[in-house]
Amino acid sequence: MIFRRPMFWITLLLAAFFIYLPLRNNDAAMREDLILVAVAIILVSNLNLMIGYTGYVNFGHIVFYGLGGYVGLYLITGRGWHLLSAALAAGVVVSLCALLFGLGILRLRGAYFALATVGILVAVDAFVSNFDLWGRSTGMYLSFESYEPLGGAMHALWVTYYLIIGVMVLSMLLSLAIKRSKFGLGLFAIREDEDAAVVLGINTTVYKAIIYSLSAFLPAVAGALMFFKNGMIDPEIAFEYMLSIEGIVMLMLGGQGTVLGAALGAGLYERLRSYLLTSPKLSNFHLVIAGGLLLIVVLFASGGLIGWLYKFVPRSHKVIE
Amino acid sequence: MIDGLLVGAVYGLAAMGLSLIWGVMDVINLTHGAMIALGMFGMYLLVSFTALNPYLLLIPVIAIGLLLGIFVYWLAVHWVVGRAQLMSLLSTFAVNMMVIGIGTAIWSTSPYNINFSLRGITLGAYTFTGNHIAAAISAVFIALALELFLYRTQPGKAIRAVADNREAAELMGISSTAVLAIAFGIGIALAVGSGALVSTLFPFTILSGAVYQLKSFVVTVLAGLGKPLGALGAGVALGLLEGAVTPFIAVSWIPLIEFGLFVVALILFPRGIFARSTA
Amino acid sequence: MSDLLEVRGVSKRFGGLHAVSDVSFNLHEGEILGLIGPNGAGKTTLFNIVNGVYKPDKGTITFAGKDITGLAPNEAVKMGLARTHQIVKPLNSLSVLDNVTVGACFGRESLGLHAARNTARQVLDRVGLGGRADSSARNLTLAGKKRLEVARALAAKPTLLLLDEVLAGLNPTEITQMIELVRKIRDDGVAVFMIEHVMQAIMKLSDRIVVLNFGKKLAEGSPMEVAGDPQVIEAYLGDENIAEKLMEKN
Repeated sequence: MIFRRPMFWITLLLAAFFIYLPLRNNDAAMREDLILVAVAIILVSNLNLMIGYTGYVNFGHIVFYGLGGYVGLYLITGRGWHLLSAALAAGVVVSLCALLFGLGILRLRGAYFALATVGILVAVDAFVSNFDLWGRSTGMYLSFESYEPLGGAMHALWVTYYLIIGVMVLSMLLSLAIKRSKFGLGLFAIREDEDAAVVLGINTTVYKAIIYSLSAFLPAVAGALMFFKNGMIDPEIAFEYMLSIEGIVMLMLGGQGTVLGAALGAGLYERLRSYLLTSPKLSNFHLVIAGGLLLIVVLFASGGLIGWLYKFVPRSHKVIE
Repeated sequence: MIDGLLVGAVYGLAAMGLSLIWGVMDVINLTHGAMIALGMFGMYLLVSFTALNPYLLLIPVIAIGLLLGIFVYWLAVHWVVGRAQLMSLLSTFAVNMMVIGIGTAIWSTSPYNINFSLRGITLGAYTFTGNHIAAAISAVFIALALELFLYRTQPGKAIRAVADNREAAELMGISSTAVLAIAFGIGIALAVGSGALVSTLFPFTILSGAVYQLKSFVVTVLAGLGKPLGALGAGVALGLLEGAVTPFIAVSWIPLIEFGLFVVALILFPRGIFARSTA
Repeated sequence: MSDLLEVRGVSKRFGGLHAVSDVSFNLHEGEILGLIGPNGAGKTTLFNIVNGVYKPDKGTITFAGKDITGLAPNEAVKMGLARTHQIVKPLNSLSVLDNVTVGACFGRESLGLHAARNTARQVLDRVGLGGRADSSARNLTLAGKKRLEVARALAAKPTLLLLDEVLAGLNPTEITQMIELVRKIRDDGVAVFMIEHVMQAIMKLSDRIVVLNFGKKLAEGSPMEVAGDPQVIEAYLGDENIAEKLMEKN
């Protein structure tokens, strides 16, 4: 089973680092840095299921994260739910929404599907901005009391951090498990030649619906956790189109189709991004640099960093995936 | 309502560039919106420096657009033309990001404006702004010129040949690379030109192109790929539809409706409403 | 011998083009049925209808006694139908072994990954690609890709295999090898329905042949009968002695 794969242990090792590093000196600043990286890894790993495994580019992936945040926050403030149940429920609800969206747009191929996913993002954004129950454009806020069940705000920050690390590990292990399964093989066939896949016996309609829905689950859970931690949500920060796009850049950069590539790309880019956004001279060029990176990867290195590694060290195929 | 018709002609022009590139080389040009925005700013700069009539400046703006298009072709498109459509989607998108990034750095996101008004015409209860009329006429004129070019000139026919069957065209001695570069250049020039026209109608920012890009997608999918006059027609239809709907619905819903139209049209008419059905 | 496949009155139009018009024939269990005709005669369209890629406008397809008209291709595979394509469709980034494993996983017996891999290895050995199991599919020669395509279809454990111009583009040696493979397949108990233009091969291999022209069935019978049919000669063969000439060569 996947315990035999080196990548399984690499994932756990990575998680250990994430847990240990901020704990060493009770470093809240480092924890805040790392949580952003962890969220990026979650988003990109799940995006990889669609892009890398199935060959369907999702330009609007962030919609699952934002929607998860909304469902989670609503259940906590509006219905008094506990964080854990709210986060899980967010995952389930958003996955079901994805199934619904998928019904409409999964019959489109290639670039048309990619463009339609932007439509989904725009649609959900517009809907939420006009939805009274969720605060329309103002959004929702958490009062400090909401953190009491977790032992107060300070403690809650640490708890959410560990929960996010958990979701990160689940995301990576999910990717690994799928990659090594019959289901994953079916997805790869769809990616390589969808018409051939049908003729070979794969129910592509069902497979695509499942993976699209699955790729929404963990990002939605993460969204619920993160927006709980941040204490507020509004349509603008929930459905940031740029984040969706950066997700694609991160995936391509790291190496689409690989578990480690998703994590690597997310980690590296997230650091680069933080640096750019805080540097006075370069913050305007954040978009330019991201675009430049994407262009270089698409033109010269479509397998990303891991693809590059595979080329120069063929043996690495067995260890890193 | 008539305003909708006039603006619609410009929508049609905006879509033509996207449609041409899509039809000729199966590339979905995601720089389209950014190029429209560049057209807006290009016109703005030329008018600021020369204080000439913008409708005269349209010609140099379009010419610059052509050169810009050829440049972008070599930068991002040439290398990915043969590969999966998604690659060109991503590469053009990357260029789009870079252009918007540079544009934001230079011009920030504050609105710009061109102060130039032609006298309008008043017929009974309706007043048609001169700018709108001039824009529509320019759009139709350019559309007809494009149609003539594609169907009556050698280079135009070469473009259509490559669009039809690239290998066969090459066997006939047509350099498909040159043709693709020029076709792409024309596509961008059209986008730039439409942006230049829009700049005379409304205030704009570097991000304004995105709205027109969406409209271009809707128009292209409704009209079918690579059909300039079809695009013009569908553009006008869209303009009329917007004109009819705007009094009743908040503006923020319009992009959503247009996207909905786009997705539905894609699902129902994979080859465009005006496409003839063949095997 | 009972009828494995019954095609009755099948028609399909694309706009104004009648691709297939009122075609009927039977395929017997264990036989190799050839399908020939000029280009554009509707052969591949017929295949597409049989295996579910297209729904016919009229007519029925019955397979092993069950009506499969319009059944989706992935369902048809579960019933025991497998096909190859005229222009091969290898799953390029995957290895040769993985390609065939896909066929085994999603074929008639829905095998688990491990069992499917074993089946795949056996099939690869059977078609002679055993040594290339770990190569990337895109690195095979055309002949290799064609064999891969056949292996992938065989891995699904079909009772009927549809081969669409499996010999196209092969050199004489490769053709001979492929003919041997098709015979092996039939000897293993799989019926074969094959579209072919290489007349020598199809005359040698087929138990019976169906001829299509302009979407209509022109003739059906043994190779000798079909080759002697004046209509077939006029429409397609050209030479009335072709049967003898082809059969002569060993």
